[in-house]
Parts: sequence; structure tokens; C-alpha cells
Amino acid sequence: MANPVSYRVETRTRASGRAAIAAAALVVLAIGLPAFAGRSLLQDMFVILSMLTLAQCWNLLAGYAGLVSVGQQAFVGIGAYAMFAGVIFWGWDPVPAILLGGVAAAVLAIPTAFFAFRLAGAYFAIGTWVIAEVVRLSVAQWKSLGGGTGTSLPREATSDMMFVEPIASLFGLRDAAARDVLAYWLALALALGTIAGVYALLRSRQGLALAAVRDNRVAARAVGVDAQRMNWVVFVAAAAITGICGGLIYMQTARISPDAAFAVLDWTGYVIFIVVIGGIGTIEGPILGVIVFFALQRLLADYGSWYLLILGVIGIAVMLFAPRGLWGLIHDRTGIDLFPIRRRLIIKK
Amino acid sequence: MIWVDTIVQGVLLGGLYALFAAGLSLVFGIMRLVNLAHGDLIVLAAYLILFVVTVLGVHPLVAVLLAAPMMFAIGWGLQRLILTRTLGDDILPPLLVTFGLSIVIQNALLEGFTADSQRIPMGAIETASVALGPVSVGLIPLLTFASAVLVIFALNQLFYRTSLGRAFRAVSDDPTTAQLMGIRPASVFATATGIAMVVVTIAALYLGVRSNFDPTIGPARLIYAFEAVIIGGLGSLWGTLAGGIIIGVAQTLGGSINPEWQILSGHIAFLVVLLIWPRGLFPRAFD
Repeated sequence: MANPVSYRVETRTRASGRAAIAAAALVVLAIGLPAFAGRSLLQDMFVILSMLTLAQCWNLLAGYAGLVSVGQQAFVGIGAYAMFAGVIFWGWDPVPAILLGGVAAAVLAIPTAFFAFRLAGAYFAIGTWVIAEVVRLSVAQWKSLGGGTGTSLPREATSDMMFVEPIASLFGLRDAAARDVLAYWLALALALGTIAGVYALLRSRQGLALAAVRDNRVAARAVGVDAQRMNWVVFVAAAAITGICGGLIYMQTARISPDAAFAVLDWTGYVIFIVVIGGIGTIEGPILGVIVFFALQRLLADYGSWYLLILGVIGIAVMLFAPRGLWGLIHDRTGIDLFPIRRRLIIKK
Repeated sequence: MIWVDTIVQGVLLGGLYALFAAGLSLVFGIMRLVNLAHGDLIVLAAYLILFVVTVLGVHPLVAVLLAAPMMFAIGWGLQRLILTRTLGDDILPPLLVTFGLSIVIQNALLEGFTADSQRIPMGAIETASVALGPVSVGLIPLLTFASAVLVIFALNQLFYRTSLGRAFRAVSDDPTTAQLMGIRPASVFATATGIAMVVVTIAALYLGVRSNFDPTIGPARLIYAFEAVIIGGLGSLWGTLAGGIIIGVAQTLGGSINPEWQILSGHIAFLVVLLIWPRGLFPRAFD
């Protein structure tokens, strides 16, 4: 008689347990940040957190689903414009109108996917870019939202914004500073929610299907994974979050124009560099990447176009010599997984 | 009559887009490499021509003859040092490396030549026009179109009539077997990229003569070029010409209705073709 064998499948590692505790402490610190941080730090954190959200979305598409989109600016822009439309045409408060951005982006993602999924690989990249251009040029025709020159949020909408009053009295701030606190908290919630969502997705059955499709599409289909369906789910979900992020970014800016809201460099180019430098196909990568990106931006702020030139060279070098990015290097040296998704079989006799 | 004129102008504009696209089509056909820096390389070549014209004071056509070998060398070196390392089954490395390259070229040009828009001076020929039946067309657009036809004819001859072309087709079909026959794929790829850069130089001449250019206009040219390649069908050079013409005609037709719709209608024509013929009009390669 063989001994009865009990087994379980686990993804947890010792490092991930510690990381979870450290992350919880960091989150508490981050929530409390407005109590002691100045306005400029909060504004920097807003940029970091919103870029992190965009990077996680693009990483989900390119790193896990193999969908290398160069058209994510379509969803940032449409999300931002939908938020503006909600405020200007229907008198919505800007905060709930951000969600309208997510809805608009998800709706736009459906015809986009319909076209772009006809194109494989590199042609998918160009196809998404063309669609983003079509959306930009069409929105520039929308005269009641300022056409090609753009428009601003009405003053009364920004001054009466939800939650601003209680935040102002809580911290004893002026309205403008309280709006920064609100934007920071929303960006923090969105970034944490996105990371949690991506992590949960990758640990689920669907995540396993996604990894199977990425590693071998034919073999995955042979065991019954519907690759096309997974691509649809991931594409629309990433678009929705990107749209919400676009709405949030332009709630903070309060001024929009088609060229800025649909800028390929700002909303897709930088994001690609963040993910590639940090480490594509990992959750840790974009987090590390956004820190490096922001540090470089600060360091080279006075050198104009040299900054982008150096960023491009670093991106190329990382792709050629360390294709799994900085986090890949760290992982290879130390074996640490902060967000483990690899399943391990643990057998007890 | 105005419609005939618009369509003729569109066809001639399509010649320019076909020139933008021919190099892209060649490189993709041979090594399945999609170069996102293609548009920026066209702009780089335009600055190179302008630089030669200004420094040596020669005619732009002479400057092209000097710039073409330099661009060949740039293409050859780029392929040898960087792009070859990205080839493989994974599509991510070539895309991301050429995207990085696009950013590098744009910003290097900004540093070197500022953001001011430039033009390659061609003299009286710039405004000359000829009567073509009922319509009158500019000499430069006509030359552009003739060059596009000539370039595509020459590339087809190269591809199907020479031993280099045979090597191109061999490594395109199966690099490993080609190696057994004594062909070095890395060297063939480098030559192919070099030739693509010579085509890019010709395209750059017309880009710089016909309109103003500055370091940031590369990506838009890349998109037109890609649309032409995809409409034509992957691997078909004459198809690329047809694709360029479709984009050109759609743009001039749209622009004649409302100037703001010019670019938009080109993109929409592309999406419509994609909807009806997902593999393009004249697909050759199966991939």
C-alpha cells in the first residue's frame, strides 16, 4: 500500500509573504502622505501613479497577452474627452465623470479590437496606432468640445468638485491644494486597484490560460483554451482602465486638446520604456520602471531632447542585452518574486 | 472635371507614399522585420541631403547620389550591429528596439538641426507644371510617381533576376537551408537594409522638395507607408504601389471636400480595405 499523499498547489513564497507585509505598510504610508507632504510631492506622486497604472495595463497587453499596442493613447484621449463631455454637456461632477471615461474607452475598444485583431504581431501595433489617429482626428472635429484647439473644464465644475470641501477642512488646505490631494488619492486607488486586479487575474484560471497562450498558442488551443476570447477580455479590460486613467489625468489638468490627449509619445511611448526598462511580463517591472523613468526625467530635466535620446538608448540597450529588464536581472540574482504567479506543487507524505 | 484633377493629383501623391513604403516592404518581405523607425530614417535622409546641398552647394539630385551610399552604410551598420540581434520568433524585440531607435533619431535630429522646418531647394522646377490631357500636373509630383514606378520595377528586377535577389528569396523562405547553400543570412540582411535605405534616400528627396519637414514628422510617414504595404498585401511590391495610390486618392478626395478630412479619409480608406480584404489586395506571402 502506498502512503496516502496529500498535495497542494501554491504560489506563495517567503519573499512574497514579507513583501505583502511591507506593501501593506507602504499603502498605509501612501494613504497618509497628504498629512505631511507638500503639494509638489503630491503632484509628482500623481504623475508616477498614473504612469504606473498605464504601464500595468500595457504590460498586461504586451507582456502577458502578446498584444503589442502602440495605440493606447486612443483610450487615454477618449477617456479624457468622455469625462469632459460628462461635465460640460450633462453637468456631471468631474469625479464620477471619470468613470464615464472608462465606459467610453471600453466601448471604443470593441470596434478597435474587431479591426486590430485581424492583424498579427507587428501589424497589430500599427493598426492600433492608425485607429488612435482616426479617433484623434475625429475628436478634433468635435467643435462643441473645442475642436482642434481643445477646451477647459468650467470653473464652477472644478471649484464645486466632490470631496474637495471635506478634504480642505480636514487638512486645513485651500481648495486648489485639496484638489491635488483628491487627485493623488484617486490615482493611488486606481494604481493599487489595477495592480491587485492584474495580480488576481494572473493567479486565476484565466491567468493560467493567458500564460499558456503566450508560451505556445497552438498547444494552448489544443488543451481547450480559447485564445481569441482571452485576448478580447484583456484588451477591453486594459482599455477601460486606461480610459479611467485618462479621465483622471485630465481632471487634474483641467485643460484638454486632441494633440495632448492623444499623444503617442506621452501615453504609449513613455509607457513602453517604463515597462521595457523595468521588466516586461512581470508586475514588479512596471513599478521599478516608473521609478527609474521618473528619476531619469528629474536628472535630465535641463537637457531637453537629450533626455529622450538617452531614454531611447537605454530602452534599446535593455531590450538587446537584458530583455527581461531590471527586474529580470534582480530576479535572476536573488530569485525573489514579490508577486509570485508561478504555481508550485507541494507534496506531503 | 475637378474630380478628374483631384484623382490625378491623388494618384501622383500615392507615388510618394509608395516610395515611403517600398523600403519597408522590401525589409519586411525578406526578414519579417517591422521597422518602426522607417519614417524617421526618411527624415534623417532628408536632412542628410539638405546638409550636402548646403555644405557643398551642389544640386539636390547630385546630393542624392552622395547621400545614397552614406544611407546604405547606415542601413548596413544598423542591421549588422542592432537589428540582426532582434530577429527571431518573438515579435517584441524588433518592435521595441526600432521604437527606441525612432525616438533616438528624432531627438538627435532635434539637437542637430533644431525644430525649425526645412525644405530642399530645387529651383524653378519646383513650380513647373505640364499639361497631361485635360489636367495640368506639377512636374515634381510627376517625377515622384515616375520614380516610384521605376524604383519598384528595379526592386522587382533585383528580386527575381539577380543572384542577390535569389539570395534574398532564399533567406526569406528558410535561413537555415540558405546557410547550407553557402549564403550568410546576416550579410544578406545587412545588404537588404542598405538597399532599403537607398530607396529611403530617393523618397527623402521628394519629401524634402515637395513640402516642409522637421524632425517630428517621421511617425506620420511611417503610418502612411504601413498602410500602403498592408493594403497592397504583404510581400507584393506592385501591391504596395497600389496601396500608396489608394491612400493618396482617398486623401485628396477627402481633402477636396473638407481640408480637415484629408488625413482622416486616408486612414478610413485603410480601415475599409482591411475590413473587406484582411490580407490586402494582392497577398503573396502567407504569414
